[in-house]
Amino acid sequence: MTPCPAVRPLRLLSAGAIALLSLPACEREARRFNPPSAATQDAARRVTDLQPGPPVQTVGVPSPSPGRGPYEENAYGVSQGKTLYNQFNCSGCHSQGGGGMGPPLMDDKWLYGSDPVDIFETIVQGRPNGMPAFGDKIVSDQVWQIVAYVRSMSGLLRKDVAPGRTDDMQVRSQEQATRKAVPVTDPQR
Amino acid sequence: MIAVQVQSPSAYSVHGPHSPQARRIDSLGDAMYLTSAVVFAVVVAALFWATLRRRRVEEPSDDRRERSMRTGVIVATAATTIILFVFLILDLSVGRAITTNPGPEALQVRVTGHQWWWEIQYRDSLPQNWATTANEIHVPVGRPVLFELRSTDVIHSLWPPNLNGKRDLIPGNENSIWFQADSAGVYRGQCAEFCGHQHAKMAFLIVAEPPDSFSAWLVRQRDTAMTPTDSVALRGQEVFLSSSCVMCHAIGGTPAGSRIGPDLTHLASRRTIAAGTLPNTRGNLAGWIVNPQAIKPGVRMPSTRLDSDDLQALLTYLETLE
Repeated sequence: MTPCPAVRPLRLLSAGAIALLSLPACEREARRFNPPSAATQDAARRVTDLQPGPPVQTVGVPSPSPGRGPYEENAYGVSQGKTLYNQFNCSGCHSQGGGGMGPPLMDDKWLYGSDPVDIFETIVQGRPNGMPAFGDKIVSDQVWQIVAYVRSMSGLLRKDVAPGRTDDMQVRSQEQATRKAVPVTDPQR
Repeated sequence: MIAVQVQSPSAYSVHGPHSPQARRIDSLGDAMYLTSAVVFAVVVAALFWATLRRRRVEEPSDDRRERSMRTGVIVATAATTIILFVFLILDLSVGRAITTNPGPEALQVRVTGHQWWWEIQYRDSLPQNWATTANEIHVPVGRPVLFELRSTDVIHSLWPPNLNGKRDLIPGNENSIWFQADSAGVYRGQCAEFCGHQHAKMAFLIVAEPPDSFSAWLVRQRDTAMTPTDSVALRGQEVFLSSSCVMCHAIGGTPAGSRIGPDLTHLASRRTIAAGTLPNTRGNLAGWIVNPQAIKPGVRMPSTRLDSDDLQALLTYLETLE
């Protein structure tokens, strides 16, 4: 059976539309293993004396170039940020975003700004009352990944870029898969 | 010293067994190969005979033909069944022999798979006697070694072909494998389950040595690193502790205690770096620190920017970590 002539342009059109729609996915899935980062190495101010690891004299802290973070649209970068967030013990104070010793990160309150550059500076320079300065201890490329993940927690990133599952063992089934609790009838009644 | 060790070829073949386990697997493989070769030769010969034989002047009656064909089919089926059954029994007995519990005298080694390196831990009843290393497993000759296999991220598989078969490292589940090396030597092993971008560069070495030198090695591995006396190395230690190295790596005897990357307490005593990717030389180490992504794209270690003075000091410090 040959397709009716009117159908053919329709097919072409839909194929074109699908190709066009999948373009944004390129950035979402891109993996840059050798990023041209760390171009900014000039010393910047520090807000706190606290820092992770042993107390040693650090030389300088890279200050970020203004603009959007490089991983805002990159799902791989955000998921790496999530891994680093746990590995570098951000979760020790901020928990999984709900906060604890440090302020929560999943709400819409930002003490020092929600822009990628603000968060970068918060991580690199530290903030008064407890936030250590991670400058020199985390390479700036990884700081940008953490920045993207931190922003994803309060919904500032596109939803399809934000990580959808954890790296850890699932100790229980995911929220979506959890069976609803069956209401128990009270035998007294 | 290290350069000489690297140049000595490490064995890496299923056909050079160096343990009772690998020998049984190898002889089972040989038996299967020989049997298959004989069966193949017989089948090919029968095929040629059938195609090349001349038509007889007087063809036998259908009845007789039917009978001889039936005999042929019965004989071939019986032979196939017997061969397969013999192999089933051999297979089960080899499987039984290589998986039987080695007993309490076995040395226990915990191997944890990471993307893309191996964490090796020798445990003891006293926790201060634990020794942690990476990508290089030392075992004593003539004593069974039982490996506890774990994984932190995805499924890996431990495969030292000269010593035993493969066994998976499964996240959230403990697995085990054991073997007993017969002769001293350096055997290469490889991850045998696709585990991501750098699966191919996830190798390890098994160094089998006489019991005396093994225990001497283990005692050395339990030591913490000494504080360097020379000023360049001391500067290197400061660079290590104040740069991004300290976020992932541990060096015993210093405040660096992170367990994300390989333990570097005895880095200089290892033959390779980056999970068997490069020989452990000063130049390779420098390239690896400055730009690991060029050597192993996608590896978890980020590229670190260091001044050349700082880098040279750091390398001098890392070379003291015997």
